Amino acid sequence: MEKHDFKQVLQHTPFHVRVEELSLMKSWSPWNGYQVARVFDTLAAEYFAVRSSCTVFDVTPMEKYRIKGPDALDFLNRLVTRDVSKLKPGRVTYVAWCNDEGRVLDDGTIFHLGDDGYRLCAQHHQLDWLMISSLGFDVSIEEETHDVAALSVQGPTSYSVLCAAGISGLEELKPFGILNTKIDDVDVMVSRTGFTGDLGYEVWVDPRHGITLWDAIFSVKERGLYDIKPIGLDALEMVRIEAGFIMPGDDFITAETAVRADHDRSPFELGLEWAVSFDKPYYTGRRALELEKSQPAKRRLVKLSVEGNKEPTDSFLYDAKNGQRIGAIKTNIWSPILKSNLAMADIDYKNGEAPTEIWAEIYYQKELEWKSTWARCEISDKPFWSNKRRSQTPPNRV
Amino acid sequence: MTNKTIIIIGGGHNGLVCATYLAKEGHNVTVLEARDKLGGSASKHVFAEGYHVAGLAHVIHPLNPKIVKELGLKIKKGAAIDTISLSEDGNHLILGKDSVKGGNLSADDIAAYKDFKKEFRKYAKALEPLTINKPPRLKDMDNKDKFTLAKIGWSLRFGLGTSSMREFLRVGGINIYDVLNEVIDDPQLKGAIAADAVIGHHMGPRTPTTVLTYLNRLRGETYGPPTLPQAVGDHFVEVMIKAATMAGVHIEKGARVKRIIVNDGKAGGVELTSGEERIADMVISNADAKTTFLDLVGAAEMDAMFAQRINTTRTNGTVAKLHFALNKLPEIEGLSNGEMSQRLIVAPDMRYVEHAFNHAKYGEYSEKPVLEITFPTLADPSLAPDGHHVMSVSASFAPYSIKGGWDQSRSVFSHKVLSLIEKYAPGISSHVVASEILTPKDIEQQFNVTGGHWHHGELTIDQSFMMRPVHGTAQYNTPIDGLFLCGASAHPGGGITGIPGHNAAKRILSMKGGE
Amino acid sequence: MKDYDAIVIGAGHNGLTNAAFLAKAGLDVLVLEKNDYIGGATVSRELHEGWQYSNCSYVCSFFRPEIYQALDLGRHGLEVVPLQGGATFMQNGDHYGNYHQPAVRRREIMRHSKRDADAAIRFDADLMKWCRLIRGFLLRTPPDPASFKWRDAMEFASLLKAFYQLTESQIYEFIRFFTMSIAEYLEEYFESEVIKAHFSGGSIIGTGLGVYSPGTAYVLLHHAMGDVDGNVGSWGFARGGMGSVSKAIASSFKSLGGDVRSGAEVSEIKVKGNKATGIILASGEEINAKVVVSNLDAKRTFLNIMNKKDLPEEIIHRAENFKIRGSSGKVNIALDGMPDFPALEKGSPLTLGHMHFSDSLERLERAYDDWKDDRWSTDPYVDMVIPSQYDPTLAPAGKHMVSVFVQYCPVEAEGGWTEEKRQAFGDTVINQISQYSPNFKDLILHAEVRTPKEIEAEVGLTEGNIFQGELTLDQLMFNRPFPGYAQYRGPVKGMYMCGSSNHPGGGVMGAPGANAAREILRDLKRTDTTPEDFGDD
Repeated sequence: MEKHDFKQVLQHTPFHVRVEELSLMKSWSPWNGYQVARVFDTLAAEYFAVRSSCTVFDVTPMEKYRIKGPDALDFLNRLVTRDVSKLKPGRVTYVAWCNDEGRVLDDGTIFHLGDDGYRLCAQHHQLDWLMISSLGFDVSIEEETHDVAALSVQGPTSYSVLCAAGISGLEELKPFGILNTKIDDVDVMVSRTGFTGDLGYEVWVDPRHGITLWDAIFSVKERGLYDIKPIGLDALEMVRIEAGFIMPGDDFITAETAVRADHDRSPFELGLEWAVSFDKPYYTGRRALELEKSQPAKRRLVKLSVEGNKEPTDSFLYDAKNGQRIGAIKTNIWSPILKSNLAMADIDYKNGEAPTEIWAEIYYQKELEWKSTWARCEISDKPFWSNKRRSQTPPNRV
Repeated sequence: MTNKTIIIIGGGHNGLVCATYLAKEGHNVTVLEARDKLGGSASKHVFAEGYHVAGLAHVIHPLNPKIVKELGLKIKKGAAIDTISLSEDGNHLILGKDSVKGGNLSADDIAAYKDFKKEFRKYAKALEPLTINKPPRLKDMDNKDKFTLAKIGWSLRFGLGTSSMREFLRVGGINIYDVLNEVIDDPQLKGAIAADAVIGHHMGPRTPTTVLTYLNRLRGETYGPPTLPQAVGDHFVEVMIKAATMAGVHIEKGARVKRIIVNDGKAGGVELTSGEERIADMVISNADAKTTFLDLVGAAEMDAMFAQRINTTRTNGTVAKLHFALNKLPEIEGLSNGEMSQRLIVAPDMRYVEHAFNHAKYGEYSEKPVLEITFPTLADPSLAPDGHHVMSVSASFAPYSIKGGWDQSRSVFSHKVLSLIEKYAPGISSHVVASEILTPKDIEQQFNVTGGHWHHGELTIDQSFMMRPVHGTAQYNTPIDGLFLCGASAHPGGGITGIPGHNAAKRILSMKGGE
Repeated sequence: MKDYDAIVIGAGHNGLTNAAFLAKAGLDVLVLEKNDYIGGATVSRELHEGWQYSNCSYVCSFFRPEIYQALDLGRHGLEVVPLQGGATFMQNGDHYGNYHQPAVRRREIMRHSKRDADAAIRFDADLMKWCRLIRGFLLRTPPDPASFKWRDAMEFASLLKAFYQLTESQIYEFIRFFTMSIAEYLEEYFESEVIKAHFSGGSIIGTGLGVYSPGTAYVLLHHAMGDVDGNVGSWGFARGGMGSVSKAIASSFKSLGGDVRSGAEVSEIKVKGNKATGIILASGEEINAKVVVSNLDAKRTFLNIMNKKDLPEEIIHRAENFKIRGSSGKVNIALDGMPDFPALEKGSPLTLGHMHFSDSLERLERAYDDWKDDRWSTDPYVDMVIPSQYDPTLAPAGKHMVSVFVQYCPVEAEGGWTEEKRQAFGDTVINQISQYSPNFKDLILHAEVRTPKEIEAEVGLTEGNIFQGELTLDQLMFNRPFPGYAQYRGPVKGMYMCGSSNHPGGGVMGAPGANAAREILRDLKRTDTTPEDFGDD
């Protein structure tokens, strides 16, 4: 790698010039060493745009790795808890992976790129773990975070926007499908994926053509066809909780960074049973997971609806039956669409069962005066919010 | 658990010990040996037409007496040998079990040597409960683990007593250099003891943990005096083969295992290089851990960090073995014929040994190596043609990974060793009619030991006890159900002791249903 | 002269800390110092007009915040400024920059190895695990494994409890960390040679060990466990130089009613009927006290200022064999301006931290080989800091004070030190720096070259060993300084030890001083004034 400028602490993505232009708040956050927008204008507007029109979010900082070679599939199948051998070329799947003790290191997605191998997208830096895991496999692993730029185009009109921007062939693209196409003569890869639980796509492009992609999409707005809003991290946080997606580092500590024993989490404890397969060849952590599976659950990360309108940030949770403290809220939002407090919470189980009656102790302030209250909580097994447009194929053209 | 079909990979002495114990309990045991003879590095080796050595190890301590007794091994007692530290001026130092003479020793040093040996043998003995049992796990202990820990605690606290225990806890983790400087003045005596602590290890006298490696060596002395293997001869391996066969062990030579078959996380047999598959309820590997896990099983069958730990164990050997065919027995000034048949070493002082080691750290062979020399033909003339002799030399340090590769260095190093011996035995070079040098790389290839390491892996604390070969497989069972380790890369390591084989067998026999 | 409740011999930071806690408990305490200035090795001296030299210890990493708080050192004038940056210069003209900004640091590691940038996350988390475990034992008295006392058993139980908070595999990993060499430990994480070299330096500073010596990985904690503002791993400069640390403790001590006498060298601890009764000064003056505490190292305490006849033979034997090896030198330099480092970009923040010039493990190990043969390293490992970049009180405006710690330097350079050899040693160090900073030599106004000999003569550390005794397994925890004497009590009644020769060892930490005070107060049945570890969870 070339020398870098120590004065530029955070790097810019290829879209930064446009993002900077459109950002009225100039509110930034670091994400994997990049400077990304938290809010462009107002959070409410950005949130509603995801659920009512079309939004663009710069996902370039997401960690990306290209895995190729004769053993690429075997390598990935030994890495993750899910059976990847069923993944067909041109398809994407959600995966999580564990350390030897069956504790989650990270989660992400695997893209089957056909002859070009696989792309693994991750939340955190994984090269070290991938290299460790590659012992005995004939694979090449390249970190390509910086070499692939991506925009996440999400919302009910995202399909219409991308069609209007000149992308053809989207109508048959099913959820978790991949389409290689062009926009303004630039090669792009479109995947029907996202982190919003809504209809949406991620568009992948060579960073040199990033601006072309951005402009092609936003030209739809300029032509007066559809509104498009760039959104920041804060709006994304709201919609991902509504959709019930978990966030490593926020909802739980990844095993690699957990310093205190028992602070890390297993996929079962994160509610990821559905992504753990025992009907596939050996993978890292399998033995530990089989053992865990045979024993009653100790705790779970659950989706929790909290009554009332007081936000249960960092609240402790109690079992109403015996008054014992049984957990805490990890992340929470006020959902404007559901008019409800939604949270991800870590809850202790007893004899493998969740407590039946949970209350949150909420501290909140009004004009700098602190008050406290109690609110009843309900565990939700399904995503808080979902809409069939997310998976409808072809999507409705609005 | 009875009548299981068990395959043991490797017919070295540990494999044979393990096989015999299991067969005696009624199991159907087959030992598969890749070479065309058994005994591994303890078996007879021809290095030139008509010239033999008894094995790679040219000085051996008796097998663990418990094993000898339990298996009823009738091994001939070889004559006890002393160590003679050669001096250029002919004033050599003769080290016995507790006595030392010659050189320029003071009365204080003679007494100090005796006290030192006695005290340190006490420590070695105190560690025996840890040696002859599976290393206890430090969490989720079973009753056996608790018992072993209690025995070790008792043995340290009451076996040694307050003052010796304190002293053991003080010196246990440090280097032999500091300890010897505390008790002994004579440089040559210190050099000789320090050499014993470092030969076979990637360590110099100043390397912390050389007290432990020295204790490891002294453990052999608690079983009985050192002998030349030819004094017990191939006999030693034959006795073991006989005991194994008597117990019902089936032995196959020339059967090289290509891979261990694993189905659903369970070992189900082996595939031979011939393509033939052998089904078994249990597979026990006498091969080193790297070979077993990474080559025979394959990393894909185990957790990634476990495979990584196996892969990063330090297994590079540091000793070259040289064999010289001589048409005449050389003369060493100041040594009688009887003394010539002892174990001769070149390690004039600790600084010399340390300097020899310095090179090894940087992938170089020692400019002035530490030598261990024997003349096996003095004990068994049949090893060479009439009137001819064989000289067997262990030369330290000759690291496995050498800058530029061994091909360009092997003859230079061999020459260096010989010219060093020439200083003590003038004219010896002219009597050499044939010779060979086995670098750690050669030992790796010819004896199927990764890195050509004497102990199948460094005996540092981080690779010992419940961390040998790595934690997660330190109790002889492995992450693969039905697969076990019984070789020197398992606790307590190398040397011809039979203990890893014994411990592995006991472990297997005590497991419920073999699970 | 009046009688005192307690006399502390040596006004180093541990002696002063010990005295302060005794005074806080209401004892009448006198601290005696042989030099005309206090501080011991924690000292700032004006050796060149206008420059304050921290001519012995030079950074503050380890000082226990619990002690800082309990003795109110902030109000007594102590300010520790966190240190930033740092670099290892490479022979090929490149460098590794240990930037204080995590994102920039990560990019910099990636420049040398992408994989290592990710491995650093695993490394940092693992190191933090071991730090957390060890830190809890710094302000505790080690239990005696040979004792049957209830308190020792309970202490062992608490040790085990902390240990058992780890998972089984972490327990083994901890043992491995504790017994491995830093080089081999780092090789389990990193592939880049310069990264390994950069992180391994801290493990050999002050020791008679090389980077490949088992047991050195643990020493890293002694340097990585800094506690500036609760950030484990951060180091700092004391404003005004290291002397500010001892001055602040002394000020706190005096405010609690204590007396300090400098220029008062103790020649003997008086013992009567197996009980210490006071001291005799070199001047012949005698001062009586109920308790005598020695801040001197174990060798000096038992071999120099105690009478052989007062001691059991075992103690003499132990003291003679106590390993306290001089292995470090120090070059302190006054510069006419800020030196150039062409490898660094203009305005680089890297000069704000530790600067090293050894870019491979082999070079570090070869430096050790020289020392084993009683030579100073021809290619030494150097830890250079320029604190005057932060602290305007150290040098006149625009000028700088440079502190260069040198590993290795022998106690006796083949046949003994001479003035020429000392100069040659200094030149070796300055030449090495000059290779990476062409104008360095021209800027030198004054340089103080200290071999272990000078450090011993001036500070009174035997062989100039900065830890008052090697940090090897035979001299740690319940073995420090000697088996059976690790609880700060000497072999005669009323006599105690509070220096770094005792658990938990060296570094400007204050813990031995505080721990000794706890034991003394316990014996005197006084209220314990020493602080407990803040704890983490």
